[in-house]
Amino acid sequence: MSNTYDPVEVTPLHADEVVQAQADALAAIAAARDLDDLKQARLAHAGDRSPIALANREIGALPPAARAEAGKRIGAARKAIGEALAARQAELEAERDARVLIEETVDVTLPWDRAPRGARHPLTTLQERIADAFVAMGYEVAEGPELEGEWFNFDALNIATDHPARSDHDTFFVESVESGKVLRTQTSPVQIRALLSRPLPVYVVSPGKTFRTDELDATHTPVFHQVEGLAVDKGLTMAHLKGTLDRFAEVMFGAGITTRFRPHYFPFTEPSAELDLRCFVCRGSSAVPGNPPCRTCKSEGWIEWGGCGMVNPRVLIACGVDPAVYSGFAFGMGVERTLMFRHNAEDMRDMVEGDIRFTLPFGMEV
Amino acid sequence: MKVPLSWLREYVDLPAVTAQEVADRLTAAGLKLEAIHSHGHEIKNVVVGRVLEIEELSGFKKPIRHCKVEVGEATPREIVCGATNFSEGDVVPVALPGAVLPGGFEIGSRKTYGRLSDGMICSEAELGVAESSPGILVLPPDTPIGADVVELLGLRDDVLELEVATDRGYALSIRGVAREAAIAFGVPFRDPAAVEAPADGGESWPASIADPTACDRFVLRTVTGFDPAAESPLWMRVRLARAGMRSVSLAVDVTNYVMLELGQPLHAFDRSRLTGPIVVRRARPGEKLETLDHVVRTLHDEDILITDDSGPISMAGTMGGLHTEISDTSTDIVVEAAHFSATGIARESRRHNLVSEASKRFERGVDRELPLAASWRAVQLLAELGGAVAEPGVTHAEVEASPVSITIPADHPSRVAGVAYEREAVIRRLEQIGCTVTEGAAPAAAAGAGVAATGVLASGDLAGRLAVQGDDLITVTPPTWRPDLTDPNDLAEEVIRLEGYDRIPSELPPAPAGGGLTEEQRLRRRVGRALAHAGYVEVLAYPFMGPRDLDNLLLPADDARRRATRLVNPLSEDEPYMRTTLLPGLLKTLVRNVGRGFADVALFESGLVYRPEPDAPATAPVLAVDRRPTEEELAAIETALPRQPIRVAVVLAGEFERSGWWGEGRQASWADAVEAARTVARAAGVELGVRADQHEPWHPGRCAALTVADAETGEQVLVGHAGELHPRVVEAYGLPPRTCAMELELSSLVPAGPVDTAAVSAYPVATQDVALTVAASVPVAEVEAALREGAGALLESIRLFDVYTGPQVGEGNKSLAYTLRFRAADRTLTAEETTAARDAAVAVAAQRTGAQLRGA
Repeated sequence: MSNTYDPVEVTPLHADEVVQAQADALAAIAAARDLDDLKQARLAHAGDRSPIALANREIGALPPAARAEAGKRIGAARKAIGEALAARQAELEAERDARVLIEETVDVTLPWDRAPRGARHPLTTLQERIADAFVAMGYEVAEGPELEGEWFNFDALNIATDHPARSDHDTFFVESVESGKVLRTQTSPVQIRALLSRPLPVYVVSPGKTFRTDELDATHTPVFHQVEGLAVDKGLTMAHLKGTLDRFAEVMFGAGITTRFRPHYFPFTEPSAELDLRCFVCRGSSAVPGNPPCRTCKSEGWIEWGGCGMVNPRVLIACGVDPAVYSGFAFGMGVERTLMFRHNAEDMRDMVEGDIRFTLPFGMEV
Repeated sequence: MKVPLSWLREYVDLPAVTAQEVADRLTAAGLKLEAIHSHGHEIKNVVVGRVLEIEELSGFKKPIRHCKVEVGEATPREIVCGATNFSEGDVVPVALPGAVLPGGFEIGSRKTYGRLSDGMICSEAELGVAESSPGILVLPPDTPIGADVVELLGLRDDVLELEVATDRGYALSIRGVAREAAIAFGVPFRDPAAVEAPADGGESWPASIADPTACDRFVLRTVTGFDPAAESPLWMRVRLARAGMRSVSLAVDVTNYVMLELGQPLHAFDRSRLTGPIVVRRARPGEKLETLDHVVRTLHDEDILITDDSGPISMAGTMGGLHTEISDTSTDIVVEAAHFSATGIARESRRHNLVSEASKRFERGVDRELPLAASWRAVQLLAELGGAVAEPGVTHAEVEASPVSITIPADHPSRVAGVAYEREAVIRRLEQIGCTVTEGAAPAAAAGAGVAATGVLASGDLAGRLAVQGDDLITVTPPTWRPDLTDPNDLAEEVIRLEGYDRIPSELPPAPAGGGLTEEQRLRRRVGRALAHAGYVEVLAYPFMGPRDLDNLLLPADDARRRATRLVNPLSEDEPYMRTTLLPGLLKTLVRNVGRGFADVALFESGLVYRPEPDAPATAPVLAVDRRPTEEELAAIETALPRQPIRVAVVLAGEFERSGWWGEGRQASWADAVEAARTVARAAGVELGVRADQHEPWHPGRCAALTVADAETGEQVLVGHAGELHPRVVEAYGLPPRTCAMELELSSLVPAGPVDTAAVSAYPVATQDVALTVAASVPVAEVEAALREGAGALLESIRLFDVYTGPQVGEGNKSLAYTLRFRAADRTLTAEETTAARDAAVAVAAQRTGAQLRGA
């Protein structure tokens, strides 16, 4: 505490003047119409040069007797002014926020198609989804060339030169009919490559491009895609083949899909089967006489999805695998057909032409 | 194969089930139903009538008859008829009022040509028997009047159209399908071929087999006194039509009928046209034959021929010769039934582009033991229906063929299927299809005699490798009509399919330990996603191109992309090559989209290109299949194939960023094309080098060469190009102006491997801006590289934020403004350190590129 004091009592210390200063301040604060006004009021009535601030500074100069009383008065005034300022500040800020936010309102429905939109082709993403289904079952994805050796595409698959099955494949020949080179007519040559290059057991799936000299129409395209699967291990049976394809069908088309094996002939599998799916449009009802016909399955109740069977031991032998020790199964499906079933795509030409209207809706995954 | 159920029922006692039920059982056995054709079910109220009186009406444009027809009622019916091929007393089918004809056509009483017509006299076409018919169907005189025509003529029938797989030749016959149907329903089968066919009595016509690899059975029988005017009976014509064959003449119809019924193709010769003994042999150089279709064919020296002293008279199993054909004057007929080499006929048929009902059957395998029975059946029919006399005697040339037998453990089918079959069931099923089954292993039979069958017989080592070991062995000898059964698994399939594929349970094998996708496979997916996210739409164009593309792309004569693989049979002669670049397909797809009203298009494709090596061998060897090929053999195939790397390419035109209410958009430019390459490189985790280049089809001033550092040498390797296309390319393809493109070889981007992380520094950044003046020709990439190198390890990032040209930097110069950000891992940088680093950066840039610090 100071022992020196100003013998002259300064004006601000007069009680009525403090009251007046406080009243002036409160009036100015109340009168502030916006935050700028309030800032001015703060400077004038609560700033360093304001009467109250000056008075406060003088308290120390008072005689000790007067100090406490003056300090009390001035403190009360400062508190009142401070509170008024804070309250008004909050009020004005709220007012400003409300006004400004309204003023800044935009039409959020305006379009913003500024950046280009891309998409992946559904045949690509469907092949990836199929691959993923098998990778989840422990398979690996195997690949091979599209322009393939005839031996890989036919002979090693037990499709002998003069067997009618060979002429069933409308083959694109490369350079000359005798060159031993063709555009692969199926993804099955990848089976051979996988067996020749991988250690046993082999579980591979191979999606890819294939070629046959069909004319392009709604249900045929000369360049198409297949997915081939091959498993060669000890003790594999047709029951394992069926289990695998049932699981695959479920992953592709959802739970509750029904499959059927129907005897067929493929040179590279024996026994062989065609895999049918219960028609998912009519659920088989159209095959019952008297019921309405079904366009999807042509009222057969079933839709052909692909071919499959136990790997012909002759194929294993051509790859140096001993059929006495190992057995295997293989299967193949058309990717275009699968896309048609899964997405109601009716015309294969749309998959071929590259019209962005077909592809864009598929986005990044199918 | 079209199978009339009535025909099938002749040889198998099918229960009273619908056609659909029969089809379902056959489908389950592997003869898949394609369609059921129903005939005659709607026909009603058509009866047999006798024409009593005919009154010719005159005064009409065509002859019209008013007839009185007795139909078994109290009074005859009056019927007006426009046909004239019948006489009073003839027996004809009559549709009474209220009758319904095929197609739901209803017949009523009506007034026509001024008379009452109380019904209709019907033709074959009207009864649904033939496609067209010239007149009324006149029935045999002893046909009972008033009888129901549908019942009487067997017009009501269902025809099963079945898909027959290429290994099942036997099912291309009523006989084969009936056997399957009998097994499917568990009912007896009567074999139409099980006839006592006389096999003696001397030669019918002298014949011999000169080439035992071409033919192992050759049978001839003769009829004489055949009435060439005799017509095929209605029942035969109906069956042929229902089975999908046209009626030609009685002689031809009989051969076709027997072929359909038994599966044995037959050929009929006019005996008067034969000269000397018949010899079955291969063609000689220069031989020609005019076939039934009036085409003179030059024969190939592998063609199997039926010849006589005059030369070739028929192409075996494919098509007969014109000269010896049965004509409308033939009375003496020699019927040929033979067994030819399946592969021989397959080749012959393919070489001459001649697919006949006969060749289809021979290719797929015909029963070697059929010729005697089938020729006998044909001769019987010719005699019975054509008034001919079957001459005694038969020519029977034969090459000895030993049956194949296969030894398997009795549980082999169970092991293949994963289903436990009873031993008895296995044997029963094999016997049902005609196999002989004996206990134990048979001594290895020498297969190989006889002509090549459909199933290629295993011999020697291959047979040993195919053999299945086990304890409880049975030996199975397949029947002669199943040449497709050669291997243990063939027998397994027969058992499994007849026991029912639906008996096979659904079991997942234990999951193998897979390694997931490879780095390359992951990379391809990342690249696809990155480009799609960047605004590109993926296309899958056909990988073909033509000479015009090479010219349109302005490729120089020595450009490697002109070295393309040519297809022998391209889809279009305009595009006979396999693509060496992805651009033609993408550019055409771009044009298609623009043409369909999409001016702003950005597309990408990722796929193989086919790059033949100039010194590659012309042919890829076709290797043996009885063992694993050697590595050298496999390499010989690989080196003959073109290199097939994966490429990725983009094309874009129009606005890449669109105009809109926010303001102007941005036209697609060379920079977007280069950025697409960077997008790909980022997805691969490799750093892309970019430098100016001149490379077709790009604009010479707006073309970037794209490079990546070689993993071992660190040298920059060219991987592709990007930029704006040459205006002439734009014009040639009809592209929008300033179309841009990028193409790079994805196979050359080797993912860098796992990223090494550095600790993130928490110390403050120090920023320095520099403006450098360089000659306008200096590539920015070089300036930046120099700055980076000079700035040293403290440099965190560098960014070009302005490029200025104008009077302030002088003619021929440009000013580049960079922000350099520095940061240390372990301390706050001092102003002196930062400035020193900046000065060092500028110094290297000055030295390398002549850059001068502006305002210095």
